[in-house]
Amino acid sequence: MQLTGDRFTAETASFGNDLSTLPNFPAEIRAPAGTLPGVSSFQLHFADHDILTPGDAPDVLVAMNPAALKANLPDVPKGAILIVDTAEFTPRALKKVGYATSPLDDGSLNSYQVHALDLTGMTMTALEPFGLSRKEASRSKNMFALGLLSWMYGRSIDGTVRFLQSKFATKADIRDANITAVKAGWNYGETTEDFAVSYEVKPAPMPSGRYRNITGNLALSYGLVAAAKQSGMPLFLGSYPITPASDILHEISKHKRFGVRTFQAEDEIAGVGAALGASFGGSLGVTTTSGPGVALKSETVGLAVSLELPLIIVDVQRGGPSTGLPTKTEQADLLQAMYGRNGEAPVPIIAPASPADCFDAALEAARIAVTYRTPVFLLSDGYLANGSEPWAIPDVESLPTIEPDFATEKNHGSGDDAEFWPYIRDPQTLARAWAVPGTAGLEHRIGGLEKADGSGNISYDPTNHDYMVRTRQAKVDGIEVPDLEVDDPSGDARLLVLGWGSTYGPIGAAVRRARSAGHAVAQAHLRYLNPLPANTGDVLRRYERVLLPEMNLGQLAMLLRARYLVDVIGHNQVRGLPFKAEELAEVIMKEDDQL
Amino acid sequence: MPGLAGVPTTDVAQNKKDFTSDQEVRWCPGCGDYAVLASVQGFLPELGLKRENIVFVSGIGCSSRFPYYMDTFGMHSIHGRAPAIATGLATSRPDLSVWVVTGDGDALSIGGNHLIHVLRRNVNMTILLFNNRIYGLTKGQYSPTSEQGKITKSTPMGSLDAPFNPVSLALGAEATFVARTIDSDRAHLTSVLRAAAAHRGTSLVEIYQNCNIFNDGAFEILKNRDTRDEVMIRLEHGEPVRFGANNEHGIRRNPATSGLEICSGDDPNVIVHDAQAADPSRAFALSRLADPGTLARTPIGIFRQVERPTYGDLVNEQVDQAVDNQGAGDLAALITGNDTWTVE
Repeated sequence: MQLTGDRFTAETASFGNDLSTLPNFPAEIRAPAGTLPGVSSFQLHFADHDILTPGDAPDVLVAMNPAALKANLPDVPKGAILIVDTAEFTPRALKKVGYATSPLDDGSLNSYQVHALDLTGMTMTALEPFGLSRKEASRSKNMFALGLLSWMYGRSIDGTVRFLQSKFATKADIRDANITAVKAGWNYGETTEDFAVSYEVKPAPMPSGRYRNITGNLALSYGLVAAAKQSGMPLFLGSYPITPASDILHEISKHKRFGVRTFQAEDEIAGVGAALGASFGGSLGVTTTSGPGVALKSETVGLAVSLELPLIIVDVQRGGPSTGLPTKTEQADLLQAMYGRNGEAPVPIIAPASPADCFDAALEAARIAVTYRTPVFLLSDGYLANGSEPWAIPDVESLPTIEPDFATEKNHGSGDDAEFWPYIRDPQTLARAWAVPGTAGLEHRIGGLEKADGSGNISYDPTNHDYMVRTRQAKVDGIEVPDLEVDDPSGDARLLVLGWGSTYGPIGAAVRRARSAGHAVAQAHLRYLNPLPANTGDVLRRYERVLLPEMNLGQLAMLLRARYLVDVIGHNQVRGLPFKAEELAEVIMKEDDQL
Repeated sequence: MPGLAGVPTTDVAQNKKDFTSDQEVRWCPGCGDYAVLASVQGFLPELGLKRENIVFVSGIGCSSRFPYYMDTFGMHSIHGRAPAIATGLATSRPDLSVWVVTGDGDALSIGGNHLIHVLRRNVNMTILLFNNRIYGLTKGQYSPTSEQGKITKSTPMGSLDAPFNPVSLALGAEATFVARTIDSDRAHLTSVLRAAAAHRGTSLVEIYQNCNIFNDGAFEILKNRDTRDEVMIRLEHGEPVRFGANNEHGIRRNPATSGLEICSGDDPNVIVHDAQAADPSRAFALSRLADPGTLARTPIGIFRQVERPTYGDLVNEQVDQAVDNQGAGDLAALITGNDTWTVE
């Protein structure tokens, strides 16, 4: 099912529609088919205009069995099209998910346009010449459905045919069966009179340029490879497999020709430890994980704060606490990233707003880490990781340069008494002098014990400790980040809707709905969570009310209220799924009505 | 030396002072760590490496202060994680000579997982495991190498857990170089360091080290002139395994049990030590001779020394291979991919 979704997405992207996807699948690898927990779905929203979310309510639902129908029907509006595979609507399958009678026969679907088709049977008939077993042939029914949908929406199936040719290049019968199935589905749509309309969705007007479709995890991987190139520091990724971050490890492992080294560690702690060790040697050290892994890495992140070495910690957030909801999305690691360490251990945090933005966020994380000699958290989430959108491919010549500015000379005293002091700071950035092993004459030792200002020698002096704690904080507080931009087209908004991370799409869509319903609403989105943009307080105070939807119980709201004494109102959901634009629009309009 | 291939050398003569940092050494007076530090500082000039290409990484514990006293690059990290940190450093910088300094608590308790994995990967580094069979820095709790029944602050009625034998553990973890030596025997310690540095891969050197504050005399039986010859077995590659003041004892294989047993020194079946045997069984059997309580029949020396490709060399080979096969990476091509469309 995920493969079918991916192919339809690719066809749609190359047609030039804007799109947004939401793959949704169980944590179990082979969850029992036909049961409610085992339903795997792929939601795709495409349009002839710029869109921001995978959509709340699909116009078409393809349900391959009763479980898929039951799990997804609540999201489908009345009047929408349901395509169901009747072959799977057996008494046993119906009973398994609690249908007493078949919804295809009992009238409960009367308010939908139901197309009850024997997808399995038609696929089998089409594949008869291949002499496949029943089981093998029925596997191609997804391709049949893809062909049918492609016809309905006027997508070309050429790309999918090419894809199948290369995917099954060595298995001729499987390849031909799948190609036959996708063509049969298309032809069925074209010849049958069952479907009164075929839809035409015109290409969306987008800024000119070259585009591709990209998921968050892929964009993030490319961003890290790009950051290594832009800094001249070889990329070292130390990681331990964890959902939903593992794909970044998989992706980067493929790109060794870029001088990238990947290390699948024995545990989360070794993953970040090796990354920090590589950073000490002058590599761009990165570790990728999700919330439970961050918990294990905390002590090493604290060490990186004390050593003042660059380190990027990518947290692809998922539902928590504990193992939680591994394949579902959430934004509940913000306070862990912000405060989850012993002692005063400030760490910059950046959060991408969309799948494609993960590329820029990775470059930004590297810029901050290297320029300021600090660990940086990059907070993605499950929705961004697996969701996709069109991406205007940047010109690599235009990417920012990252300057490691390694120390090569002694920096304290003169003549025979000259020494290298690793904790002498740049007055502007407060970044310390960083000499990597192999630099003659600059041998020095650093560690997790408190260091004397300047020399970096062990120091238990009370005044020095107070100074060092405040200086490390001041360094992070002083990181230059762009101002928070506000989108307030009418200029008379009294309500500001603020967000961070992956809620950008749903909030944007909801704000549009509210505006078209006549509400003047402002929107702003924070990509930098630590430090916050310098104008954040001003922006918050400019509006009568600030509404902050978050997929947690109010973590950023708490930070903002504490910091700016502004009565930020939270709207919080932790359902493992992104906000729905329509619901959010109602919340926004209700808040606005109260002003 | 294969272990140091790729690490730049210098023609400038070095001495112990070149490796001594300006930091005041702060171990307790009489601590065995002083002897090890002096041996290492005295030995390093022999290697003729550029000092700036040597890195000492440590964890937490008394011995982990070691890097501060070496005038090389160094990192005093966090408890148990030095092997992981050193893995990232050694893998990404094959031009460095990487040393890990750890203790029995750091390496075998909190860091046990990293130790076994660095050994199985065979990352090119030398690990000096200071074993004093006690927790010193936290002031005297029993450690994972303490003998069972040990009375300490946390075990007033005696410790209950069976101890690890670090050499047995390392051999079981696929280590390619495993040795044991003693802090006070400078000549032996230096000879083991020499072999460890020369070995390409992870060299694990267990150093019996006296904590004169919390576990004084733990290895006295191996150090005292009156007792040591009767209890300590010096392993030399290619030599018969004999001990006793006049080599009156030997070790032979018991055909009935396949294990090792003590025999007379002139027994024709006394085994000859082969540290380079591919099969680690004999080395393991030797490691089991010692009585964990009394330290009777304790072998010292190099138990195992075999060649196996190192993790870092293999990683870097894959990088080179990828460049050879596909050419150096082209960022623009990578991010563009194969499936694009153009909006005019």
